[in-house]
Amino acid sequence: MTATLESTAAPEAKAGEIPSFEVTLRIRRYSPESAHGEEPYWDEFTVLAHGTDRVLDALHKIKWEHDGSLTFRRSCAHGVCGSDAMRINGRNRLACKTLLKDVNPDKPITVEPIKGLPVVKDLVVDMEPFFASYREIMPFLITSGNEPSKERLQSAEQRERFDDTTKCILCAACTSSCPVFWTDGQYFGPAAIVNAHRFIFDSRDEGATQRLEILNDKEGVWRCRTTFNCTEACPRGIEVTKAIQEVKRAMITRAF
Amino acid sequence: MRAALESSGTVRTAVISKLYPTRSHTGAAQGGMCAALANVEEDNWEWHTFDTVKGGDYLVDQDAAEIMAKEAIDAVLDLERMGLPFNRTPEGRIDQRRFGGHTRNHGEAAVRRSCYAADRTGHMILQTLYQQCVKQDVEFFNEFYVLDLITDHDLSAGEVPEGETVTATGVVAYDLATGEIHVFQAKAIIFATGGAGKIFKTTSNAHTLTGDGMALAYRRGLPLEDMEFFQFHPTGLAGLGILLSEAARGEGGILRNADGERFMERYAPTIKDLAPRDIVARSMANEVREGRGAGPNKDYVLLDLTHLEPAHIDAKLPDITEFARTYLGIEPYTEPVPGVPHRALRDGAASRRTSTRGAARQHARRQGPVRGRRGRLRERARLQPSRHELAARHQRLRQAGRSHRGGLRRDRVVHGAPGEPCRERHRAARGDAQPSRRRARGRRAQGAPGDDGRQRAGVPHGRVAEPGPRGHPRPAEALPRRVGPGQGPAVQHRPPRGDRARVPARHRRGHGLAALNRKESRGGHYREDFPARDDANYMLHTMAYRRPTAAGAADDRLVDGHVAGYFDHVEQFDGYKVALGSKPVTQTRYEPMERKY
Repeated sequence: MTATLESTAAPEAKAGEIPSFEVTLRIRRYSPESAHGEEPYWDEFTVLAHGTDRVLDALHKIKWEHDGSLTFRRSCAHGVCGSDAMRINGRNRLACKTLLKDVNPDKPITVEPIKGLPVVKDLVVDMEPFFASYREIMPFLITSGNEPSKERLQSAEQRERFDDTTKCILCAACTSSCPVFWTDGQYFGPAAIVNAHRFIFDSRDEGATQRLEILNDKEGVWRCRTTFNCTEACPRGIEVTKAIQEVKRAMITRAF
Repeated sequence: MRAALESSGTVRTAVISKLYPTRSHTGAAQGGMCAALANVEEDNWEWHTFDTVKGGDYLVDQDAAEIMAKEAIDAVLDLERMGLPFNRTPEGRIDQRRFGGHTRNHGEAAVRRSCYAADRTGHMILQTLYQQCVKQDVEFFNEFYVLDLITDHDLSAGEVPEGETVTATGVVAYDLATGEIHVFQAKAIIFATGGAGKIFKTTSNAHTLTGDGMALAYRRGLPLEDMEFFQFHPTGLAGLGILLSEAARGEGGILRNADGERFMERYAPTIKDLAPRDIVARSMANEVREGRGAGPNKDYVLLDLTHLEPAHIDAKLPDITEFARTYLGIEPYTEPVPGVPHRALRDGAASRRTSTRGAARQHARRQGPVRGRRGRLRERARLQPSRHELAARHQRLRQAGRSHRGGLRRDRVVHGAPGEPCRERHRAARGDAQPSRRRARGRRAQGAPGDDGRQRAGVPHGRVAEPGPRGHPRPAEALPRRVGPGQGPAVQHRPPRGDRARVPARHRRGHGLAALNRKESRGGHYREDFPARDDANYMLHTMAYRRPTAAGAADDRLVDGHVAGYFDHVEQFDGYKVALGSKPVTQTRYEPMERKY
């Protein structure tokens, strides 16, 4: 990691590097065991950041040097594990994929937990409702008959058909950016539909009808209002809204 | 998850993970997994075995390598049948591409053996396994942090039982959301706890790869094997600890120095940029040391993809090119990408016997150093480069799950150590206020040589090459001091919900000591003071044990027939010592030869 504990003074910038700078983070916190009780509150920290530091590096510095009680999830630190989705300057992003210099570090950067899911502590939310929707759409290959002794055949074109939606890392950035999901949390949400899409359009799968039936529910795809928040939020660049539209279309043309 | 898929059908299985299962670092594996499917060109598992043995510089248990190469084929097909979206050949079969160290007919030329799904193969493995777990309704305990292993004899306290068998009957775990400490009783336990890259400062490993599983086993006195070996991945994004897959070279990427020279032609004339990782990493480090590094500080080399078609790059390497754009602002279509070696994979691991087939498998369960504790994820032919391993790991876990099924009956009662005393000990423990400070100290000690711009790739422990006052390498003071006697794991704030305190990696010492004692250079372990391989003295696995200082020579008995006292170094720390033993390498058909590519 580039955030290091030993560097308290700004090191001299090397040629071609972006110089170090001070950055202030305004973090929305929730810690029922603390003196603040059940009320969420805002906390500000100013740390020294290196030119190419990510928001996650700044959070680590705060946790390691200033306040060890600050709580957030993280793991891989380069945008493939999906742990650290949070609301940064009002937009859902991964803290490890957002460079400080790209979110205007001259002003305080606001960091909040993602919306629509119950906050457990600080930036950590309860992911269970999110995974519950995911499990409901039967996110696994459904086949009939005997297993082949070798692999199932699939052409490169058939593989390409659902390539985009295989990228999903289940970070919940899309679902928690969706205004429909915010209203009551009953809507399946973009992430579940993306994962349904991944199987509905997989030539090896035979469970499309069942999945389309599930998503034809009143809390299913038809609640999508195509606001494109999800597409904008997706850190993997999946065309989420397009995938949802394709599922809608498949429902009309295929199933019923 | 793979083992749980096998066992959950017949016995009640709990998957305990400190993360949500889809956050595991398997998801960061990019390039592919190797199996001799021969879908695109002639290949067979015997060549794969040879490449594995040679790749591990002959410190590979050859029987294990053979099992692995054979079973990798089934492992890949098994994943495909579960739904993993592999890239496809024109005939619709699983596509394969070139990777480092994979050769046709024992080293003649590079062969296409790596099965892949774009450059997110690991992500697809992880998702596919989780999907199957959802299908089978596997029971998960997410964000539970395992603190301890419950055993009937604590080897680290000098309790060596008759028959040298220890039984593990459960684990103690900390629920991160509530702070509650729980005991899980079990008839069998599988550790699949990942690597320990975070003992270093710069690594491609996730923040969560802190070697917890190994630390737990070690603390209970179980041996750690071959801890001196740590794999360096040649191409990480300079300064960042983010991996650029080997597939970049498999797809035709070329490494160049500041002069634009394709320097791998000098180091590995036959397979050039596709030499094994340790050789490429060392060659890169050598270029930098001899002043041919690129960049303003001459501290990295360049990975050149500019001669490849953008469409080809997009189809085969979409993620890593995006990493270069996001983090360095470099466009890989037109500019070469700065790369430096990074610590990637822990080669050593908690030890158990490797045989896992048929009757031998049953035998292994009873005869391993710890009964009831089925081996770990990296339990395999040691030192197999990770690409060989990905498929094998999968298969091995599947086997582990299967042998559970056979060996366990629902009505069997767990005998052995009760978990409550262990739980109470952890409840009472009060750790450091600031684990981050200690962690940083440790990383400085480990991270120094690699981070000063003179990458000495392959020197796992920075102080090894600098002789101490009496001509001895200077070990102990360079190694960080850890938790003192009587202190529990450093749980920072006990009750607050969701607090993410970490038990520090405890095996750093094993790592450093083992490196000091192996006075040769072999594979990923490279010493400037002993640059040659020494088969006469070091064709052995290192076994590192934790033992009480007070114990006499008789209590230094090691389990499982490991030879004590072979290595000359025993270090003492806060009330206990690290004792190094050895275990012979299994050799079947390949005689050690000089390793050239």
